[in-house]
Amino acid sequence: MTEDIITLDYGSGGKLSNQLIRSLFLRYFNNPFLNQLHDGAILPPSDKKIAFSTDSYTVSPIFFNGGDIGKLAIHGTVNDLAMCGAIPKYLSVSLIIEEGTSMYALEQITSSMAEAAQQTDILIVTGDTKVVNKGDVDGIFVNTTGIGYIDLDVDINPARAQVNDFILINGPIGNHGISILASRENLELEESIPSDTAPLADLVQQMLSITREIHVLRDPTRGGLATALNEIAQSSQVEIEIGEVKIPMDEAVKDTCQILGYDPLYLANEGKLIAFVPEQYAEKVLEKMKKSCYGEQAAIIGRVVARGKAEVYLLTEIGGKRIVGMLSGEQLPRIC
Amino acid sequence: MKYYDEYRDKNLCQLIIEKIKKLTKEEIRIMEVCGTHTMSIFRYGIKNLLPANISLISGPGCPVCVTPINEIDHMISLSDMEETIITTFGDMINVPGSTSSLKKKKAEGADIRVIYSPLQALGIAEQFPQKRVILIGIGFETTIPLLASTVLEAKKRRIDNFFLFSLAKLMPPIIKTLLESNEVKIDGMLCPGHVSTIIGTKPYQFIPERYDIACVIAGFEPVDILNAIYHIIEQRIKKIPQVENKYRRAVREEGNPLALALINQVFLTVPSEWRGIGMVAESGLELRPEFSNLNARNFSVKIERERENELCRCGDVLRGAITPRQCPLFRSVCTPENPVGSCMVSSEGTCSAYYRYN
Repeated sequence: MTEDIITLDYGSGGKLSNQLIRSLFLRYFNNPFLNQLHDGAILPPSDKKIAFSTDSYTVSPIFFNGGDIGKLAIHGTVNDLAMCGAIPKYLSVSLIIEEGTSMYALEQITSSMAEAAQQTDILIVTGDTKVVNKGDVDGIFVNTTGIGYIDLDVDINPARAQVNDFILINGPIGNHGISILASRENLELEESIPSDTAPLADLVQQMLSITREIHVLRDPTRGGLATALNEIAQSSQVEIEIGEVKIPMDEAVKDTCQILGYDPLYLANEGKLIAFVPEQYAEKVLEKMKKSCYGEQAAIIGRVVARGKAEVYLLTEIGGKRIVGMLSGEQLPRIC
Repeated sequence: MKYYDEYRDKNLCQLIIEKIKKLTKEEIRIMEVCGTHTMSIFRYGIKNLLPANISLISGPGCPVCVTPINEIDHMISLSDMEETIITTFGDMINVPGSTSSLKKKKAEGADIRVIYSPLQALGIAEQFPQKRVILIGIGFETTIPLLASTVLEAKKRRIDNFFLFSLAKLMPPIIKTLLESNEVKIDGMLCPGHVSTIIGTKPYQFIPERYDIACVIAGFEPVDILNAIYHIIEQRIKKIPQVENKYRRAVREEGNPLALALINQVFLTVPSEWRGIGMVAESGLELRPEFSNLNARNFSVKIERERENELCRCGDVLRGAITPRQCPLFRSVCTPENPVGSCMVSSEGTCSAYYRYN
């Protein structure tokens, strides 16, 4: 099987589709909801609030330093649910596969999705596979949609940032962006920079165990930290101030940005969250974050300074102050 | 990281700023002619830290910005040719021509690839021998030796489907033209660090000698820039305008003779048009006749008729005659998402810097 390639027949809904479902997806995702092979999963009722989120993944290359599209697709939706304060429970996985993709690659991606799901205790309960003509997609596209449960006393949303909230981040920024760039462009970096892709739901629950008064959570994925902060500033109509020297960053990422002319504030992250926490809880939440394997380098990077004007300011490392805007278009490497 | 953290030292920066404040209350106007300087100045918030009597003016330091629209149109039209791959530095993708851009052409199906080093274009040419691979060769003296060595390498490896579209430009002639016009009053010049690593210190000699303007070659970290500003003011006060090299860790007096020889081996100086400035003698570089089989200008393509938004004031911005805020399109019509002029496109463009950081 591992030497085979995916042909259009695998998406036809016929025999080969059935074989693919049974020999690959059921084998890896195995759970009572999925195993019924019903048209949809019928899930038990809950008395909690329900978080519902979807995202599509089109990363190129499919396999990169520190992960692959499968892992990313699970972590991404798990994290979106987690940013609502939810405990992720159920996922759907939809694959659009380019004909000619190797079965081996598909199996690797499936296995990596299964592993990531298991790690976060989320069940893949329904799914779909389509195979399209060569060139219609780039390898494999994945959509995941997830449901999670939120405790009734948790109210996290981007419009809740308050003056004097401290802004926390769980670790260094930019690693995913640089990792993908290096894999895509075959950049030979002196030091390997793996993607930071990671599931953050457990970390969020740890933080909520300190206080239910976490006002905002956001994962700074595409557009990076700068864009995420701007979105929150706009939703909450607040002025935010962050300190450049307080933002954790790996030396290797810093150096690569320096050479290529990228601004790390705009680089994508896949295992990072920012939290807006009232001042009195900030230190305790930080302490808790640092105990998690996904928050060892957590830091307080700034605070909400005023209400009314939606702006993000950066205190530069030399003591200057400047505006940090949203990412516009794609970040491009500079000429000289 | 070693070699740059010490040049971002907050205390040292504060110390230099204090010294600058004590030095003079006189109005001092300093022009930087390198896009990387412009970006550093904005990125670190240097303007806000300086006393009000010191103003920093951006000159024509961004290679993308100074390329006139007819050349942009020509470049874009190359992507219309069948079986052609355009390879370019990222900044060029978004630059608007009269009606199109490489980005639009890409969306319409043209094969346009962003590269990080000119040599990548050769790799692509070898990978697709049946296609023409055109490198958009843009840049100042810093980038030109790389273009030259790519051309030589193509010849050596006998890659006959590689072509160069040269938009290369030289820094000293344009500085001379600007100063000669006397449109913008300048007391000092922050000379470009990267360009100087190649050309050395001598090509700036005419600036203090002929125009009485203080010149300091500077690196790109905040300490470098602040220190250079201090020395420009000091020269001004002592009335001893000269070329000072304060980027000794990278710039030698004679520059880089090897790189200069490469440039000379491959290119000829030609008159070149600069956006907002016009034709400037001996300010551009074209491939020498012996490399004409690699010259992408030999392709006959249909170039659309030049149409520029009359309100766009990129040219005035490039000469330092106005700041972007004085342009009627700035921020209202012209934004990084929908740029009208090239100064809003490049990460090193003055309008882009004002938009993003101010």
